[in-house]
Amino acid sequence: MSESAAGVHAEGSHGSLKGYLTGFGLSVLLTAIPFWLVMGKVFERPGATAAVLLAFAVVQILVHMVYFLHMNAKSEGGWTLLALLFTLVLVVIALSGSLWVMYHLNENMMPSMPDMRNMP
Amino acid sequence: MSETMAEALPEEVTPVLTTRATGRAEVPQDSSRFYLAHEHHPENGTLLGFWIYLMSDCLVFACLFAMYAVLGHSYAGGPTGAELFDLPLAAVNTSLLLLSSITYGFAMLEMQRGRLPGTLIWLVITGAFGAGFIGIELHEFAHLIHEGAGPQRSAFLSSFFTLVGTHGLHVTFGLVWLATLVVQLGRRGLVAANRRRLMCLSMFWHFLDVVWIGVFTFVYLMGVLP
Repeated sequence: MSESAAGVHAEGSHGSLKGYLTGFGLSVLLTAIPFWLVMGKVFERPGATAAVLLAFAVVQILVHMVYFLHMNAKSEGGWTLLALLFTLVLVVIALSGSLWVMYHLNENMMPSMPDMRNMP
Repeated sequence: MSETMAEALPEEVTPVLTTRATGRAEVPQDSSRFYLAHEHHPENGTLLGFWIYLMSDCLVFACLFAMYAVLGHSYAGGPTGAELFDLPLAAVNTSLLLLSSITYGFAMLEMQRGRLPGTLIWLVITGAFGAGFIGIELHEFAHLIHEGAGPQRSAFLSSFFTLVGTHGLHVTFGLVWLATLVVQLGRRGLVAANRRRLMCLSMFWHFLDVVWIGVFTFVYLMGVLP
């Protein structure tokens, strides 16, 4: 069996019990606080809550990437990180571009129904 | 992998490039010179390839999130997220998925130690949490449809069902994969191929948890904000 040989090189980047537990503890905190913020109506302004929620989500995604997906600059010779960064660029373009274009499209589609009826 | 790539590539690639650059009049005698003599397969090629797949899946979800961001407030006079979403249920669902992530991590640790029974037990627990997640999600969907808030009610609900349903389908296929692997492990044990499969599923499973972070933040929590 080539089991041992394959097993050795394949497990280079895998985590430890401590790493998994740290990641889990952080994720529990980073999940519980946003739910508490919304369900307990902690902030007066919804905008403030939304901003804090997004910040928590970004941090939690990073925690999952590092502790559960074992992302680092060295895994696969840096190619996984490169692919991730490239994907992030595409995601930012897709999200911001869609929102920008569709927001302006909505703005220009706003005439209400009575106005439409009076149109020639 | 990095060292071997860095050393191997320049020697093998440059002849091809110079041939292309110096002239098209030069008809290659041997067409095989345009191909790498021996293709370089990095040792962990499967894991890198699977990561690339996950990144493309990430783009699928990005498009669905963009769609939800655009349509999420088009209620068409129908119910809003604040009226529909059951946050305690979403919290239970989130914790189930989070717990399944950590139990999968324990399965991987058992695999690293070469202990088959432990790996199997943690995998089965992971599958149970995943099944619980899918069960609650299906219950939620059935409840919404029963209330007349099905995907055809408004653009908001169409995009909600598409986004959350796509994630749920991914988890379902992850469960099928997990069940297959449990059977495979039972038959063959922790052989190299099964270890590789377990690591791919590990990436898939944790990736779905990452997507769920976006879903519960953006759809559920921000959906009920006034």
